Order: sequence, then C-alpha cells, then structure tokens
Amino acid sequence: MRVPVVVIGGGQAGLAMSHCLSGRSIDHIVLERGAVANSWRSERWDSLRLLTPNWMSRLPGFEYRGDDPDGFMTKNEVIDFLEEYRQSITAPVLINTTVESVQATANGFEVTTNQGHWACSCVVVATGSSSEPRVPEVASQLPSGIQQLNALQYRNPEQLDSGEVLVVGASASGAQIADELHRSGRPVTLAVGDHVRLPRQYRGRDIHWWMDAIGQLDERYDEVDDLTRARRLPSLQLIGTPERRTLDLNALISAGVGIVGKFMNIAGTNAQFSGSPAHLIASADLKQNRLLDRIDEFALELGIEDQLPRATRPARTRLGAIPSEMPVDRFATVVWATGYRPSYSWLDPAAFDHRGQLAHDGGVGDLPGLYLLGQPFMRRRKSSFIDGVGPDAIELTASLCSHLDRLAGSRASGSRLEMGVRGGRSSFG
Amino acid sequence: MTNTQTPAVDNGVNIEALLGARQHLTDAPELAKFQWRATSEWVKGTHSRTTFTDFSGLTQEHSHRQTYTIDADHPEIFASEDNGVTPTEVALAALASCLTAGVATVASNRNIQLRSVKATIQGTMDLQGMLGIDGDIRNGFSGIDVAYTIDADASEADIEALVAQSQKRSPVFDIISNPTRVTVGMA
Repeated sequence: MRVPVVVIGGGQAGLAMSHCLSGRSIDHIVLERGAVANSWRSERWDSLRLLTPNWMSRLPGFEYRGDDPDGFMTKNEVIDFLEEYRQSITAPVLINTTVESVQATANGFEVTTNQGHWACSCVVVATGSSSEPRVPEVASQLPSGIQQLNALQYRNPEQLDSGEVLVVGASASGAQIADELHRSGRPVTLAVGDHVRLPRQYRGRDIHWWMDAIGQLDERYDEVDDLTRARRLPSLQLIGTPERRTLDLNALISAGVGIVGKFMNIAGTNAQFSGSPAHLIASADLKQNRLLDRIDEFALELGIEDQLPRATRPARTRLGAIPSEMPVDRFATVVWATGYRPSYSWLDPAAFDHRGQLAHDGGVGDLPGLYLLGQPFMRRRKSSFIDGVGPDAIELTASLCSHLDRLAGSRASGSRLEMGVRGGRSSFG
Repeated sequence: MTNTQTPAVDNGVNIEALLGARQHLTDAPELAKFQWRATSEWVKGTHSRTTFTDFSGLTQEHSHRQTYTIDADHPEIFASEDNGVTPTEVALAALASCLTAGVATVASNRNIQLRSVKATIQGTMDLQGMLGIDGDIRNGFSGIDVAYTIDADASEADIEALVAQSQKRSPVFDIISNPTRVTVGMA
C-alpha cells in the first residue's frame, strides 16, 4: 500500500504530528505497536504522575479542560487524555502494528510491519526517548541472588523482596522510586550521579510555571551553547503529587534514605561507589540557584515582585559522611534508574552518523524524508514534554510539506504550504 | 590578543589554542589517545625516585622540556630518613595541581581574571589499615578535603562554579574518586 507519510508511534508526539498533517490535508497513517499511549500503559510504575501541571498539557488542537489545572495527571489520566486526543482529532492510528523495518528506497521508504507493508515518501519517528533502559556495565557483575529491576520494569513495592534496596540514579525516576520504596518500609540506599535539583514550588508558583514564564522551556536548539550537553541533561529531580511536595536529596536524607556515589564497580564482595557526590551535589545546588536567580530577576522586571511571597532558597544539600564501599550482598534488590535511550533497531543504517546516532538537525533527518519527534531538546528545551511536542510538530510539518512539494516538482501547491509557519513559537493555550 | 576591543583576561592560559585542540580532537578522535609514563627506582630504605621523561599522544611520541623527578620517602617518625614527601602526599599534590590547572583554564574560558588561587588539601588516613591491625580499615585515605581561597573578578557563585567545573573535567579527581583498573606485574 502507498501513503505519503507514515508516522511511527501513537503517543503524544505521533498524535500531535497526525493532527498537524491532517490540518494540511496530508494523507498519513500512525503505526502503534500496542494501543495509544502504549508506554504509559505498559512501561510506567503504578503511582507515576506527570511532572508538569495539568494546564501545561497543551497539544495542537487539544488541551486539559478539567477542574484541576494545577494538579498532576496520574498515569491512567494520561492514558485517558491521549485517548481522548486521538478521538477528538480522529487520528488514523493502526493499533497492534509493530514496525519491523524501515528501509530507504529510491522513492522514499518501505515500511514493513507485522500487519503488512507500506511505501511512503516520508517517515516520522515518534517512538519516544525511553524505549529501553540505559543500564551500566556493572549490572552484569552483580551476584545472581540479587534481584535486579530497571525503571521500565518497576511497578510497585510489592514486586520486591522485603530486604534492603539499592536504587541507582537520582533523577526523576530514581528519586521517586527510592522515595516509594522507603515509604514501603524497606531500607533504601540511593546511588547519586549527575542530577538536576529543583524545588516543586518557588515563591508560591509551580517551578514549571516559572520555567514557562521566563521562556526557559522555549529556548531553541539552535540557540544553546552546547547542544550535546543540553540533550544529555538528566531529567528534573521532581515528583508530581497532590500536595506539591519537593523531592530532593534533603527530603530523602531527612526521611532516612542513605546516600552513596555513583555505583562504579564490584571488587570482591564489595560494591564500590564514586567518591564524587559532594561535587555533583554542590553543582546541582549552584545550578538550582542560577535558575532561581533568573526567576527573581524576571519577577523584578515584570513588576510582580511585591505580589509574590519573599524568596526563600532551598537549603544546601546536607550530605554527611558517605561510604565508598558496601558489601553488595546486603542488598536484596537493585533498581536501575540510570536513564533511558531510544531504540531504532528497525531503522535503515543510512539514517545514522558514524557514532551511531540518528543524524538530524532539529528533527529533520539527514536522510531526506525522515523526521524525528519527541526527543529531549530536539528543537526546544520542552521538546520531550507533552507541552513541547506541538510547536515542534508544527515546524516539522512545514519542513515535511516542503519536502513533499519538492518531490512533486512544480505542482502549484508549493508556496501556499510554506506560509506562516516558520519560526512560530507556541501559540497554544 | 592586542587587537581585541574589550581587555581580555590574562591568566597565562592559551585558551584559543585549547579550544582549537578541542575541535581538532573532536574531528579526529584517534589523536586524543594519550599515555602518561614514569619510571621509579628504589634508592635506599623507603626512599625512591620517580623520573618523568616522555609521553605519547596526538599519534606520536613527545618529551618533556626537561626530565623531572619526584623523591618520595617516609618521615622520620616512621624510622625513615624523610628524603622526600610521602607517596600519599604526592597523590594530594596531583589532585590539587590538577584542580588548580582546571580552575585557571575554566576562568580564562569564562573571561574571569584570577588574582590568587590557593588550595589547602588534607587527606585523612588511619594507619591501622596499612599496618594490618584492623582489616575493616582501608589502607588509603578515608577522605580527602580540598579548600580553595580564590581572589578573582567574579561573584562568589561564579567562583564556586569555577571550582565545580574544574572538578567535572579533572582527570585526577576522577582517578581518585572512582575505581580504576590497576595491574602490577613483572616487566
């Protein structure tokens, strides 16, 4: 079968792209390996809520309309939200359709799935940035008696043995899982690597409200100093809860969670941890204050300074003496929350650079007709957020239309499709 | 440097050359592979002398401007002759000098003029480990503390950020704070 555009992935990114393509009457299909919002259904822990407040769930042609704009959607609410979005935009989603290969051809691409083949001019890869866990080498050295789980496999504390747990990684996933396991009564040690510390609220408003207001989330990929670094930044150390609590290392330490450095190695019967957490923690404190300084300056410039509660800075992280070695067999379970990576095993090798990275400029693939959506800092800081995928999809759709026009030669529709889209900042919400 | 409009900072670091090298090594990663070497010879008692002559990198051999040596020994309270600093102190020197080189480099890159940089460095050790008295105590430092006093044209937060960035990129900080594979055998 032939269709101009195949979108791979029926999550927030694939649906937003579908809406933008429909808006330009471009025929397309969305291939989804499971059901809409599949990873939210099958690869997230039970208690997970969005890190961004409900009002920030703004997609092209759809946004949160519930009665709790400042709340944080539960996992099931996210699934319902995306399902409602699919229905409202009547996205042509083919569920239970797993992509087996995407090959570049003379006329575009050949897409092979477990439900048949499609030939198309453009492919939009919207499979997310968390296809598989990024687990360090040391995992393979753990004694077989220790239960190992990664953050995509973790569901709830009942999955675990009742013994002591080592949670590795202190970004959003690791901090939240360590907190939940500690609350379940298990002794928890948290291995801390590089992380981004933020308070849930600052001067009476949600931190994401501020980041949105000061324009930080709109910072573009072609404007930042070090894009590679910006794209590799760990997720924000935050949790979305009804009580809007801050989940930083101070909160975990006060609750009784033990802190160690990055899990580096096993020597004999001992787990060895990096001696560097004091440095990483000091850096995270400094960077947090830099953002809060920016917020204070913004409030001053905007003249809303006197309407806000006085600035109270989060206390410096209080790290006591921490061990650099622990007997590894004291842990019944190790949970790896050491990050995720996308998986493109089905994609034509011609799409990758010499380092094995998918080659693209702001989501426009080096391979003509290939587009990428929903990756961290793909076109702007919020690219991987529900709130960020819309502006990216609009810009990519413009680029994709030009590509289709070029393929179609001098057909009259060309210039019309280019109008009024380039450089558009988000105008939703 | 003389033609720039704003007075550039001068910390004695050739930042243009470093940035150029960084770009060069990004484009040709095989140039980035270096090997550092030393030979160490026993003198007498606990006294040894380590000599540094050459190293390799940029796919070729290089020599230091001159041969350098470090004498190491144990102090008189260990019934030694104290012909040099202890090897553990050499490790402290390596860490401090690496971090300080980083502070100067990062400061230059961030256009911060340094006036003085002083580090005091302390390594705490319980000799019951080294002497085999208590197997639960490690041979090495139980911890290392470095304290910087920096006088520079920058805010306190920017100076702290200098020290933080220096740690982030310091080889010796990494070598000391993280496990490294070590083999010792016969030549």
